[in-house]
Amino acid sequence: MSVENLDTINWNMPETDTIASESSPIVRINELNVHVKDHHILKNINLEIPKNQITVLLGASGCGKTTLLKCMNRLTDLYKELKVTGNIFIEEDDILNTSTNIPTIRQKMGLLSQRPYPLPVSIYKNVAYGIKLKGIRVKNLIDYSVEKNLKEVGLWDEVKNRLNSPATSLSIGQQQRLCLARGLAVKPRIILADEPTSALDPISSKIIENQFKVLKKHYTIILVTHVLRQAVRLADNVVFMHDGRIIEQGKPDELFKNPQTEELKNYLVEGN
Amino acid sequence: MHFRRRIVDKISGFWMVTTMVTILLMPVIIGVGLYIKAQPLFEHNSVWDLISSSDWSPSKGKFGFWPFIAGSLYVTIFSFLFAAPICLFAAIHLTQFSSKRLVQIMYPVIDVLAGLPSVIYGVWGILVIVPLVSNFLAPIFNTSSSGYSIFAGGIVLSVMCIPYMLNMLIEVFNTVPVGLKEAALSLGATQWESVKHVVIRKSYPGIISAFGLGIAKAFGETIAVMMVVGNSVMSSHNPFDAGYPLPALIANNYGEMMSIPMYDSALMFAALLLLVIILAINLVFRYFIHKTQKQ
Ligand SMILES: Nc1ncnc2c1ncn2[C@@H]1O[C@H](COP(=O)(O)OP(=O)(O)OP(=O)(O)O)[C@@H](O)[C@H]1O
Ligand SMILES: [Mg+2]
Repeated sequence: MSVENLDTINWNMPETDTIASESSPIVRINELNVHVKDHHILKNINLEIPKNQITVLLGASGCGKTTLLKCMNRLTDLYKELKVTGNIFIEEDDILNTSTNIPTIRQKMGLLSQRPYPLPVSIYKNVAYGIKLKGIRVKNLIDYSVEKNLKEVGLWDEVKNRLNSPATSLSIGQQQRLCLARGLAVKPRIILADEPTSALDPISSKIIENQFKVLKKHYTIILVTHVLRQAVRLADNVVFMHDGRIIEQGKPDELFKNPQTEELKNYLVEGN
Repeated sequence: MHFRRRIVDKISGFWMVTTMVTILLMPVIIGVGLYIKAQPLFEHNSVWDLISSSDWSPSKGKFGFWPFIAGSLYVTIFSFLFAAPICLFAAIHLTQFSSKRLVQIMYPVIDVLAGLPSVIYGVWGILVIVPLVSNFLAPIFNTSSSGYSIFAGGIVLSVMCIPYMLNMLIEVFNTVPVGLKEAALSLGATQWESVKHVVIRKSYPGIISAFGLGIAKAFGETIAVMMVVGNSVMSSHNPFDAGYPLPALIANNYGEMMSIPMYDSALMFAALLLLVIILAINLVFRYFIHKTQKQ
């Protein structure tokens, strides 16, 4: 049975079996190094991200979390000064050394950034954008997908009467949910979320968090956050980074109760 | 203490209002001044006749400004057609695709070009563009030309405007947040698609205002154009013939030929026209910017 088929089965299961997914990491990072000139940003990163779970990346500002996320959907290509070496396997495809075209790789990953960046078009077109890039042109299909994804993030009722107004007219919280919806519309396997709630009010944050809990049934989520409580609430796994290295990882309860390294202890103390 | 702060507050507020009003009044004062000086001309001719007539014989008291207006428009349009696409693509390339090294080389070069006095562009036009037009370009189009022509004026003007518009466009494209481009890319757009759908789209108002300011600058540019455009009253629509834009008319003749009655007023009217047209260009573009921003 191919990987593709296995996934469909998982998708239809009501609740994903943790043990089963642990045995099949969706992302495997192998000896990943990122340099810019003589600055070594990521140092020998080896990491497996289990499928259909929320993996939280923790670490002090500047330790390389965003860079690690950007490696995973090759947004590092935008910064020509960055030298990226190593392997990142996403479903067996080594995306750093592959012949698959990069937009296709990127569509496997939804990106949710620190601040919402709605495209300078209407609400409808924001969600339809990725779908159209996939080559889908049938209006009904696009309409259906737009509605479905807006419903999935709980935005449909708020925007259904103004789908053609500019996306920038939404509130920040709504914009962030719109960004999530348009990411989901391309049917990614993984959601890369870089401090997605840091610009949001508590209620919008809560909505996004609850969304993630639902979404992890179908998606693998990699979440960067500075909010320890959020990590505790959401994480199935925690990866703690310090100065470009992964120095601790594990289940949240073990990790937070029994930090092994000084760095994590300090981080936890300061975070509380 | 409290009292002193209130006084300082009052004075600075008053000062700011005064300077603002002065700046706002400037074009009005200039406009009114020019109007008063041009007034004698209106006693014998209607404004419409002055603008639309092509009969320019000052010694006979005939002042038709159309050839000059047309000359200005013609040169400006030519220069815009050359400069706009070059600037747009260069700015996109420099901000979105170029390596850091190329950018580091290009920025100072552009700044230097933008700062060159226009007389240098004029000299360059005489040395390079004028012969080029007369020896190569005109023959290609099966006409003959002395080289001093609307076409040469357009090219020189476009070269002058390129660094100016390019600088503005680079600024415009650089203000588009990287996150926005990353968003488009992460949805599966190619580099070019992300530029086309997001960067350019987001920059519409900025692009339009850069173009508008470029056109206004081109329209008013005097010296460089004057040196290559031939300065004889335009009689045909052939771009390889000489033309005579408004600024050149004023600069060439002010202070001379003042013995001709009304000539003084005519030149003032030319200046007034220039002012009004440039204001109009600005207003039109402002309107476009306003409209695109609302979308
Ligand atoms: N394009 C780049 N050029 C030079 N240095 C870079 C570049 N991108 C990242 N860095 C450097 O890499 C380090 C890690 O940056 P990164 O943005 O990944 O940190 P982070 O963990 O996401 O921090 P934060 O929590 O503040 O978002 C920083 O020291 C940063 O200056
Ligand atoms: Mg970051």
